[in-house]
Amino acid sequence: MELKDFKRRDVGSAYIFLKTEATPTDGWQAFKRFVKRTLKGELFVGLWIVLREMIRFDIHTLQYPLEKIEMSPRYRAIHRLLRLFESGSERCIGCGLCEKICISNCIRMDTHVDEKSRKVVSEYSINFGRCIFCGYCAEVCPELAIVHGAEYENAGEQRAHFGLKEDMLTPLDTFKAKQQKEFQGFGALSANADENVKQTPLAY
Amino acid sequence: MFDTAVIIETVVKAVIVVAVIAALAGFATFIERKVLAFMQRRLGPMHVGPYGLLQLAADGIKLFTKEDIIPQNAIKPIFMIAPVIAATTAFVAMAAVPYFPEFTLFGYTIHPIISDINVALLYVMGVASVGIYGPLLAGMSSANKWSLLGAARAVVQMLSFEVVSGLSVLAPIMMIGSLSLIDINDAQTGGIGDWLIWKQPLAFVLFAIAGFMETNRAPFDTVEFEAEIVAGYATEYSGMRWGLFFIGEYANMITISVLVSIIFMGGYNAFWFIPGGLMMLLKVSFWIFLFLWVRAAWPHVRPDQLMWVCWKVLMPLSVVNIVITGFALL
Repeated sequence: MELKDFKRRDVGSAYIFLKTEATPTDGWQAFKRFVKRTLKGELFVGLWIVLREMIRFDIHTLQYPLEKIEMSPRYRAIHRLLRLFESGSERCIGCGLCEKICISNCIRMDTHVDEKSRKVVSEYSINFGRCIFCGYCAEVCPELAIVHGAEYENAGEQRAHFGLKEDMLTPLDTFKAKQQKEFQGFGALSANADENVKQTPLAY
Repeated sequence: MFDTAVIIETVVKAVIVVAVIAALAGFATFIERKVLAFMQRRLGPMHVGPYGLLQLAADGIKLFTKEDIIPQNAIKPIFMIAPVIAATTAFVAMAAVPYFPEFTLFGYTIHPIISDINVALLYVMGVASVGIYGPLLAGMSSANKWSLLGAARAVVQMLSFEVVSGLSVLAPIMMIGSLSLIDINDAQTGGIGDWLIWKQPLAFVLFAIAGFMETNRAPFDTVEFEAEIVAGYATEYSGMRWGLFFIGEYANMITISVLVSIIFMGGYNAFWFIPGGLMMLLKVSFWIFLFLWVRAAWPHVRPDQLMWVCWKVLMPLSVVNIVITGFALL
């Protein structure tokens, strides 16, 4: 390839040209085109289409405050912190990956080592005023502890709005009532995850 | 000649026409929003009242209580009087239009027409043309370039369509020999076969197209096309002055619907078992619906296309139509 090959602007046969009507060259052709367009009936096709839609009455309006759309599990709205289904303790292991990856620097967490010498999260806060809901924190979380919920109605009165750990963590009574739903969005285990588990090569 | 009873009767009729048509014009805005919405798979106004019916009241309250702004550089008296011209001419034009067959109420025969003059059609079209002074004066006095463009377009459009509507309606007049709308109606008493639409199909189409232009409805809404000139002549108007333009436009729509129904579609003659009054209502409703239907379906034309089609296509066609009608009558 030489420079002139790059400078070529006509790509030749690579373009697919639309078959357009030939431009009329004289008055008679223009008149014929006018008659053809006039009697083509396209206008009545348009009339029929809108009337058909009116008769079908297939209304797509969602009357928002009264009706709400069901969000996809992949929708990224206000975060939730989940509990382990087995023990009810927090899933978060305090690794700090979400704090590290957060591109708008809105996650802060404090951890300490408790009496059982386990690392626990003492403080966890997200500034929702800064959060851009990119989903990196949920993606990077190794324990599926921080996930995105579907609450999209989150207008704030202030620029900074902090969600604390107790706001986002599944409350214990909700958990005990078995109301905590497993996150189904990105990074979640598939429904047939158990079937796909194989023993490690060392075991056989 | 003018005894008290006639004066009272005329005044009552005029008040009824103004009240009913103004109310219908308001209702037509609601119907328009609903029909357009349904055709676009939407619901339209739904929140105020059942199925949004009270939206009318909400709009009315809004229009009446909104501040009446007059721009700083506007020519104040003309700016203030222009919407009144638009609305009054629309209502004045209805004076010579019959709506229903005559009926008897409390032993008193009522002719549902304010004044049966012998030049009714000429009068209606003349007054409706005077109505163009509303947009023209509004646009020229607003001190706004969009308004001025709207006014210019209004005049250009009127010069174009007025020739077509006048010439196209000439052929039916030649056949009937009267300008009175009652005579025109009475000439079509013999059922659907007597409708003038079968004898004058070309004139019917031309008059309908001119009617769309006269009422500034899509596809010929060049005068107030939002995408090109904001709101045209009405850009600087707010509140009830803007509302007067609106009422005028919808009253014009009703007038044109009545005119087309009477001249070409058999008017208020009874059809089979349907009484004449109901027939008239059905025809006018169909035409109002057609106005909305066309607005939902068809794209809008440029002003130059509008002039082209008026002067180069519709006007020659209407002249040819008159010539053919003349030879046929000989």
